[in-house]
Amino acid sequence: MADFLINTVGLPEWLAWVITAGVAAALILNVIAGGALVFIWAERKIAARIQDRLGPTRTGGRFGWLQSLADGIKLLGKEDLMPEGADGMLFQLAPYVSFCASFCAFIALPFAFDFVGQRLNVGVFFVVAVLGLEVFGVILAGYASASKWSLFGAMREAAQVVSYEVPLGMCVVVPVMLAGSMDLVTIAEKQAGWVTNWYLFHDPFTFVIFWVYVTCAVASVNRAPFDLAEAESELVAGFHTEYSGMRWSFFFMAEYGSMFLVSALAALLFMGGWNGPIPVAELLGLSAGTGDTANYFVRLIGCFNLMGKATLGVLVMMWVRWTLPRLRIDQVMTTCLKYCTPIAAAMFAGAMFWQLALPGGVMRGMSRPAGEIREGWLEGPGGRAAARGTAVPAAAVPPKKLMQVQP
Amino acid sequence: MIASMMLAAINWHSVLFLVFAGLACAFAVAVVVADNIVRMAFYLVLSLGSTAGLFFLAGAEFIGSMQLMIYVGGTLVLLVFGVMLTAQAPFISIKTSTNDRVLAGVVGAALLVVLLQAAFSVEAWRRPGVGEVANPSATPLGMALLGVRVDDPPAGTSPSLVRSGYLLPFEIVSVHLLVVLVGAAYLARAKRRRTPRGIETADVAASGGPR
Repeated sequence: MADFLINTVGLPEWLAWVITAGVAAALILNVIAGGALVFIWAERKIAARIQDRLGPTRTGGRFGWLQSLADGIKLLGKEDLMPEGADGMLFQLAPYVSFCASFCAFIALPFAFDFVGQRLNVGVFFVVAVLGLEVFGVILAGYASASKWSLFGAMREAAQVVSYEVPLGMCVVVPVMLAGSMDLVTIAEKQAGWVTNWYLFHDPFTFVIFWVYVTCAVASVNRAPFDLAEAESELVAGFHTEYSGMRWSFFFMAEYGSMFLVSALAALLFMGGWNGPIPVAELLGLSAGTGDTANYFVRLIGCFNLMGKATLGVLVMMWVRWTLPRLRIDQVMTTCLKYCTPIAAAMFAGAMFWQLALPGGVMRGMSRPAGEIREGWLEGPGGRAAARGTAVPAAAVPPKKLMQVQP
Repeated sequence: MIASMMLAAINWHSVLFLVFAGLACAFAVAVVVADNIVRMAFYLVLSLGSTAGLFFLAGAEFIGSMQLMIYVGGTLVLLVFGVMLTAQAPFISIKTSTNDRVLAGVVGAALLVVLLQAAFSVEAWRRPGVGEVANPSATPLGMALLGVRVDDPPAGTSPSLVRSGYLLPFEIVSVHLLVVLVGAAYLARAKRRRTPRGIETADVAASGGPR
């Protein structure tokens, strides 16, 4: 896009880059904010249905679909309160810290092959690293509110998120290992084709670890049954007890943004990314390289696929929230340290040995050549190493032999 | 016209570098000046985050993400401890004594002299340029840690070193970290003592998991 602005429109270079970055940022912001509007409405409707109620019915017509907008206007008009004795600066900044962390992670999230804010070579790692920073705003909020409820909520959240990062990291490593790349675009590319190509169905271990990932993801974004930081029946409202108006809604946008993010990450890592269960585009003969318009159309289908999968993930999270009771803090810790972490570790080892014993995977019909997976280590955008003569013999040696070369 | 030419002449990499570097320095100073431990941690996070921005600007995405994960995430734990230790008396402030200030100033100045000397001893810094590194990637790094150098090692490196990469240091560090983890788990575990009624938990140490 920047090239287009420079060459065709004739803008100076710096202005072109600023506009390009601005458009990308605005799009991401709209995904988060628009997503939050829709999801809050959906959450209210789903909660109502599960509890045998109706939910919003009047605002905006039949299903109350404008309810979130009305809520937003109400929140804009609310007074921005700050408790006496609060640490003013930190209290005011905390919601933005949370929101920024959620927003930054979206930068590296691809929505389709080319629809990505900034394609990072270590996309998975970046997203997981930035996602862990969201808790920062929560702790600051809890501390700066000068309220016992807030502080309790913040400390619970800190313990929970820091613990759940460990199994979450292990779950994320498995698709990275299978794809041989930390680039989210490459990982999703490798799952192209029919539904059987998804890493979810790659082998039994990945199938199990996907559910561990779901558990950890729900815990790391603080959704019920892991929403101890809010726990409205014990802690009033947890870390955001003292917040009102727009600052409060920033916390909510961050939460819904993170929910969408971890769902999209699950879709990218395990469920084929933007590749649908049936390769519609390929069946129609619209593979890449059949012209710009066709290409763009394929990307749009991909974007639609990924958004659909991520939305599905968010809806499942809502379903879980309104079905299961909240866990106690010790149960949360037990789930993480005694169940999730060992299972994730065992599945990680299992997936590794599966790759060694059955390269290519039996679920894919044993049709792929055995060497392909090992070459995967050198593929991706950093594949210049593979092009070099020196690297190829080294890459052809199985990992076991590599271990023996040490001094 | 002249204004646009001037704008075109500016190297925007340098501008962004100065922005991030300035932010990092400003927040680092703020850490020293602030007297509230949680605010200090907050400024430290912003300073380290700006440093991560410098790494991303240089195209070193892996190092930048590492910076975010380890340093910024590690400061998070520092913040938690800061909150826990000062939660008894809210917003406790820390006053540094004059002696400590003088001592810290001397140490800092000495370090600054060494760094400045090192910085000015380089004859010609490379100019920042766009697209100098084609597709920067973490692959050579990972392969080198696994024991294969796929990048161009410096001339004159012995062949055995080229072949083995950094496998041995990597393994040593891994084992070291494992020992630390086991030690931390041992120290933090609940102390149990045997009573006639069975095993009782006497003291449950709070632990937020190893990090």
